[in-house]
Amino acid sequence: MLFQPILALIILRYLRKSLRTAGLLPKWDRLFMVGMAIFILLIVLSSSVKESRVIVTWAGHTLLLALICLIFYKKEFRSAKRVVNAVLPVVLAYLIEDLVKLIDPGFHKTWQNYFDAAETFGFIWMAAMLYLNNKQQKVLEKERLKNEEKEKEYKITETLKAALEVQVIERTAELTLQKEELQQTLDELKSTQSQLIQSEKMASLGELTAGIAHEIQNPLNFVNNFSEVNTELIAEMRSAIEKGNMDEAKVLANDISDNEQKINHHGKRADAIVKGMLQHSRSSSGIKEPTDINALADEYLRLAYHGLRAKDKSFNAAMKTGFDQSIGNINIIPQDMGRVILNLITNAFYVVDEKKKLNIPGYEPTVTVSTKKINSKVEIRVKDNGNGIPQKVLDKIFQPFFTTKPTGKGTGLGLSMSYDIVTKGHGGELKVETKEGNGAEFIIILPV
Amino acid sequence: MKILVVDDEQDVKTLFEQRFRKEIKNNEIEFVFAFSGEDALVYLNRLEHEAVLILSDINMPGMSGLELLKHIKQKYHKPPPVVMMITAYGDAENFNTAKELGADDFLTKPVDFTLLKEKLKINN
Repeated sequence: MLFQPILALIILRYLRKSLRTAGLLPKWDRLFMVGMAIFILLIVLSSSVKESRVIVTWAGHTLLLALICLIFYKKEFRSAKRVVNAVLPVVLAYLIEDLVKLIDPGFHKTWQNYFDAAETFGFIWMAAMLYLNNKQQKVLEKERLKNEEKEKEYKITETLKAALEVQVIERTAELTLQKEELQQTLDELKSTQSQLIQSEKMASLGELTAGIAHEIQNPLNFVNNFSEVNTELIAEMRSAIEKGNMDEAKVLANDISDNEQKINHHGKRADAIVKGMLQHSRSSSGIKEPTDINALADEYLRLAYHGLRAKDKSFNAAMKTGFDQSIGNINIIPQDMGRVILNLITNAFYVVDEKKKLNIPGYEPTVTVSTKKINSKVEIRVKDNGNGIPQKVLDKIFQPFFTTKPTGKGTGLGLSMSYDIVTKGHGGELKVETKEGNGAEFIIILPV
Repeated sequence: MKILVVDDEQDVKTLFEQRFRKEIKNNEIEFVFAFSGEDALVYLNRLEHEAVLILSDINMPGMSGLELLKHIKQKYHKPPPVVMMITAYGDAENFNTAKELGADDFLTKPVDFTLLKEKLKINN
């Protein structure tokens, strides 16, 4: 019988094919080749020598069963199990028929039809199973192809991803660079800003310098003059003593003493002015200290006035003060608040001078500085009788770099810095009251 | 001789009184002091003919010395008082303006009292 060897050959071929795809072939290939050779030998033997048929039949049965067992036991051949399931009924049907034929040929003859039916059923089963198997195989193949496609897509995606990653790194580097550039620009801006603040301070100091010179000159003149007078008086007193005119000597001694006090007073005045100037040019300590706000305002009012006079000889304005003596010392940063007051006063002088240039009959340029204590607050008012601030300008006056002065005349930082100093530095308020044509009044309100 | 001294510094009064104490004692000079241009005008309005010399500080708040000079030279003709200008800024511009307005003399701060005394004797 040729059925078993042929079936075995088919199974082996199938196994080789499936193992090759799984990449496991080299381990088993030799065994398969040997197996195939044996089966081919059996086929040749059975067809050429009639007497060998019984041996061939049983060898075929045995080897085929061995092969089937091998497939069942070895994990590598799992994929061939379905084929075995398909062929097993027909293989067993033949095996049983052959066994029965060998043991009881009579019985076999009687039941021949049943055996044939079982075999036919086996064949049908095999055909159906193989057909299904084949179909399933195709589906699997399709799936495999699909997976391969997916794999390919995945690989493409991976490549794209890698490319994107490179791009992302490049962009990140670009952004980092941009960020650094921006940071640098910001730093530059910050340093420019502090330079501007410094130059604003220096500009106001420049305005002050001439005023300071005048303010120092006056007390120094007094110091010199009174000391000269005292020299004369001492000489006179000496001659009075020599003459024995003690009453005269006492009067002279009193005068000398009075003059000495004047010298001391004016020396201290000059000293305070120089200290104030140094304080103004020095960067702010940022430390609040008890300060006589009236003295500070008065000092800066005079300095601003003389400073402007020094720059413009034709400048003139009346200064009025109204100081509330009950205020006493209040805690402020003197340099900073001095700058605010100086800025407000300088602005006030500037606007009254502008109005004066219009030659309005009877106009007297006047700047008034006053202080007042109201409950737990201190008010410092700087009032001018200039032209006032128009509404559209009013909204912007505290913005940095906003100025109505001609180019080069103002930095536009004065009021914005003043606003920051009063609000942020001192927790106070900086307000303005104005009526167009009637002047403006800036009000600093500080908590005590 | 009556002299009106105009200056915004109060101690100018003490200084002049001490510097000229001999002259004051001998009744050679009588000083009157005003501390602003406006004050000076009030004084001149009241006692027109008594003021002979105005030592005016150009640099004053309110009415400046130059404005005061202008007022005096334009409005007080009989007799025109002698006006001597004193300023901390002895610059050409102020000097020329003062001269144009009719200032009779010009002094710079710090005041040289010896020089002033000499000038006053000449004016006397």
